Amino acid sequence: MAGAGRGWRGALGQRAVSVFVSVGSMMPFDRLVRAMDEWAAAHPEVPVLIQIGRGAYEPRHARFVRLMPVSDYRAAVDGARLFVAHAGMGSIISAIEAGKPLLMLARSQALGEHNTEHQRATAASIGARPGLHVAADADDLKARASALLADSGAPPAPISPHADKSFTDRIRAFIEAP
Amino acid sequence: MKRVLAMASGGGHFVQLLRLRPAWAGQQVSYATVHAASAVDVAPAPLFTFRDVSRADWWRLPLTALDIAIILLRVRPQIVITTGALPGLVALALARPFGVRTLWVDSIANSEVLSGSGRLARKLATEVVTQWPALAEDGVAHWGSVL
Repeated sequence: MAGAGRGWRGALGQRAVSVFVSVGSMMPFDRLVRAMDEWAAAHPEVPVLIQIGRGAYEPRHARFVRLMPVSDYRAAVDGARLFVAHAGMGSIISAIEAGKPLLMLARSQALGEHNTEHQRATAASIGARPGLHVAADADDLKARASALLADSGAPPAPISPHADKSFTDRIRAFIEAP
Repeated sequence: MKRVLAMASGGGHFVQLLRLRPAWAGQQVSYATVHAASAVDVAPAPLFTFRDVSRADWWRLPLTALDIAIILLRVRPQIVITTGALPGLVALALARPFGVRTLWVDSIANSEVLSGSGRLARKLATEVVTQWPALAEDGVAHWGSVL
């Protein structure tokens, strides 16, 4: 499925990926893909890889893949200098777990990019953490990508791979209840 | 030791499920999600896959329901735990008649209102929990969050 002959391994073989972009695995998000492809066109010296999912727009300047296995996805997040993504929890938690700066653009329900407006709420409620950055629109995204690549600031604080013990203990009690 | 089915759609739903793993350490756990490649995350526990469905492509619901019914028959769980999304609701509905204890953990993405599936889960699940204290209400507890 990953753009025939343009797999990300090939892209990595030539040069390291500096900016990894992901729209998540569930729905297309062409506004983000197009913006970062335009950004890649303006910065030909920066290797950009985009996981475009089911999007209709295929990047002409950045390398792209449709959907990579989760282990490759994590390697791409780990290897990138900057991670750019939709405001989805998979992207957010992956960035935090990897200690990688994350630049987000929230999907808009009004533009048909998601079922509800919850990504704006997610960006507002979780995006305030250190190392996480929220763009207002496509132009703001491109400006922030340039600024963050020059100075990414503090990365997200490292966290445990698991939720707080108090939470998992409550679930354990639920499981063990007669 | 109990037979636990931990299931979620792909992306953030599954990532949140993985962060809850200590809750079922020592139980006989099976996982279910939409991408077979996620098996690397849960090995040696078995991972089953089902065809995804969402509100946007609701007509796929029978395919998802069939896949999940088969998974339930194979695992015969005593406990089902899901972090959503819509397929998790399907699992709760199918497991309910068999007296399975079920837990719906609403995604942390839903910080302002409970998800649509979460609202429906209140009628189906043994317990529904939100990850945001402000969203706790009658029938929806707050036990903590994955972050």
